[in-house]
Amino acid sequence: MFRILRKNIRVGRVTIPVPETGKPEEKSLGIPEIEAGKCTGCGKCAEICPVTALPLSDKSAEDRRELLLCRGACVACGLCGPACPHDAIVFKNGDAAKLKKELADSFSFKLSEAMRDPSFVIPSKRTASKNEPLSGGSPGGVGPGEVLPDDFERKLAEKIRKIFARSLHIREVDTGSCNACESEIAGLSNPVYDAERFGIHFVASPRHADMLLVTGPVSRQMELALLKTYQAVPSPKLVVACGSCAISGGVFGGSYAVLGGVDRVIPVDVYVPGCPPSPEAILKGIFLALDK
Amino acid sequence: MKQVLDEVRGQLGGLIGKIWEEPGNRLCVLADKKSVVPVVRSLIEKLGMRFVFLFATDERKILGAFLIHYVFLRQAEGVFVTVKTEVRENDPVFPSVTPYVPQANWQEREIQDLFGLVAGGHPDPRRLVFHEDWPGSLHPLRKDFALPENLPRTGREYVFDRVEGDGVFEIPVGPVHAGIIEPGHFRFSSAGESILKLEIRHFYKHKGIEKLGEGKSPEDLILLAERVSGDNSLSHATACAQALESLSGLEIPPRARFIRVVLLELERLYNHVSDISGIALDVGFGFGAGQLTRIKEYLMRLNERVTGSRFLRSAVVPGGVRKDLSVSGKIFLADETKKIKKDFDEVIQIFWNVNSLVDRIRSTGVIKREVAEALAGVGPVARASGIDRDLRRDLSYAAYGNLLFMVPVFTEGDVESRMRVRIQEVHESFKLIHEALELMPEGAFRTDQKPLMPGRNALGCVESPRGECFHWIMTDGEGKITRWKIHSPSFVNWPLIEHAVLENIVPDFPLINKSMNLSYSGNDR
Repeated sequence: MFRILRKNIRVGRVTIPVPETGKPEEKSLGIPEIEAGKCTGCGKCAEICPVTALPLSDKSAEDRRELLLCRGACVACGLCGPACPHDAIVFKNGDAAKLKKELADSFSFKLSEAMRDPSFVIPSKRTASKNEPLSGGSPGGVGPGEVLPDDFERKLAEKIRKIFARSLHIREVDTGSCNACESEIAGLSNPVYDAERFGIHFVASPRHADMLLVTGPVSRQMELALLKTYQAVPSPKLVVACGSCAISGGVFGGSYAVLGGVDRVIPVDVYVPGCPPSPEAILKGIFLALDK
Repeated sequence: MKQVLDEVRGQLGGLIGKIWEEPGNRLCVLADKKSVVPVVRSLIEKLGMRFVFLFATDERKILGAFLIHYVFLRQAEGVFVTVKTEVRENDPVFPSVTPYVPQANWQEREIQDLFGLVAGGHPDPRRLVFHEDWPGSLHPLRKDFALPENLPRTGREYVFDRVEGDGVFEIPVGPVHAGIIEPGHFRFSSAGESILKLEIRHFYKHKGIEKLGEGKSPEDLILLAERVSGDNSLSHATACAQALESLSGLEIPPRARFIRVVLLELERLYNHVSDISGIALDVGFGFGAGQLTRIKEYLMRLNERVTGSRFLRSAVVPGGVRKDLSVSGKIFLADETKKIKKDFDEVIQIFWNVNSLVDRIRSTGVIKREVAEALAGVGPVARASGIDRDLRRDLSYAAYGNLLFMVPVFTEGDVESRMRVRIQEVHESFKLIHEALELMPEGAFRTDQKPLMPGRNALGCVESPRGECFHWIMTDGEGKITRWKIHSPSFVNWPLIEHAVLENIVPDFPLINKSMNLSYSGNDR
């Protein structure tokens, strides 16, 4: 008993104040970005990209070619960086949650906007409806590098209270992930991230939930389970697709046993890119979903 | 090698056909379909070999038949013996070895589903990988498989084994579970609180990864291997890289071998710390769970500092490692691990004074040695049941041959033993990291890649945090990858849980499950 107390005191408080977005570990591999000035459009990176997250707009004229970068598909493997003969690809941090539309339209990448399969630009059913941005925060969430305002916690709690009466209950559903996303989501409950302080609880049953947090590509054999879980969640409900697989099928796209992204089966509100997304990014995704 | 070859020839002379050596300490034996069962039995019973795994390949284009490969390991010499037998398309029945080698159960059923071959005499020939709604005529690992545009669902139901009697009832659990874990179905039959039978039904997450790997480039294959089981990313990637290196005749530089050891032990550290915290959480010991998840988070941040990825992804490449460890990086790593070790020790010392914890884990979920041996358990689960088996020591890949470490073995087979094995392995891992950092030679950390040699096959193996992990890769006439077999430790250990829970109470199931820490994704692939 005393030893427990002593250890607890010695460790002290470890929880990070509010999600320190834009300030991840300095050595993190991060997400690739292409510097417009250096890129010549040679396409070496597109050839090596394993998930076709770097599609080329036009393959004929090298100097007029546009390179697209699709954050929703990128698994941050780091293969494209060394492949670029002009050092035009840098790896930056900040895998912020974005709506799928935003992933496609307003990606900070200058060369062009990103696009992927047709389903990638179709806004989800919910996007058009109620849209009230978090007062004090920038619309559509917080950009990389920005620090959340001081009264963020209080405002978030207010928002949760407004939409879901008291607190946000999340049911996590894995539809075929590699279990890295699960590991990071489980990490949200550890003393460092401590999602409970925002009133965010992970619950055992979809019937208790306000939000589904879905990871992984939807495997053929999980399709029915996902649909049933979605139907069991009482309305109003939110869906967050967590990780590249849940957005586009990721590295598993095209397999006989995989249907693709989560929105092939149920409507999705917010997409969190990354492979896996960091716990901060997942938290931001959850906050963003509440913004709608 | 020579000695094993002579022994095999002497013992099996009349039963086998061609016998030849392959690179990587492997011996191949061709046997007729009819003599497979006696060959397999005598290799195990008379020559003291350990059956590791079996798999099939579609070689109808070259040989006009499917091949089934039975892989054995002769521990003393570190030699793999592969028995191969042909199965023709017009006579797709192959003799089941399950009645003699129980661990072949799932592996043979997997071949039935993926290749459409039939295990003749299998005691339980139900579907395994594909659920009942998958059309029975489609076998994706056949080379002539084409995915139809609209895959019909056939709508049949799986039939569970039933236990009948007064007061016996069934509890269905899953596929979507209560915690933040992966999907799978458990069907308990219980009388009162105690479990009479557990039947597990998995493969909800089957993603066809082995098929996806066909035709991929080596880099892309490693990327896929990292996503077989997320928290064992590096082990799968390393096993895959070993196979690819031996396929292109690469010898990785000594420095890369030591860096791989450091990274592999970092992976073991965060996995084991996470498992121990899971056990603490499941018995409601909040202090232990909280402190250890904090330490796990620190370890994952350390991973990120060292490799750029919290899951040590993209760290291993064919021919070595992606990034070198700088001098300052080495000092940083040594300092940090020292601090974390002290932190971990302080927490663990408190564990054994907490009666509510010890009461719950002692004599819970016992796996008897005989069961673990018959089903060929691997990893910490097997080492907690008295089976002294660790590929790091037995096959000494990477730089493990140059390092000194202990393999902890406990004999009780309960949750406590599995936890103790992990705690001791954490200590050994810290030691191994320091040793490897100290002995690390200077020099290159990767060699240039060479193309894969055509018409070859190779085996890579790693002792992952969960146990033995094998990757077998075959190339076709043009040097393209044409078959990739992933043998993950969870695929072997899952059936053990059906025995571990017997006569335990249902509320202890999550605890037993956590103490075995099996990957659903690695199992389902």
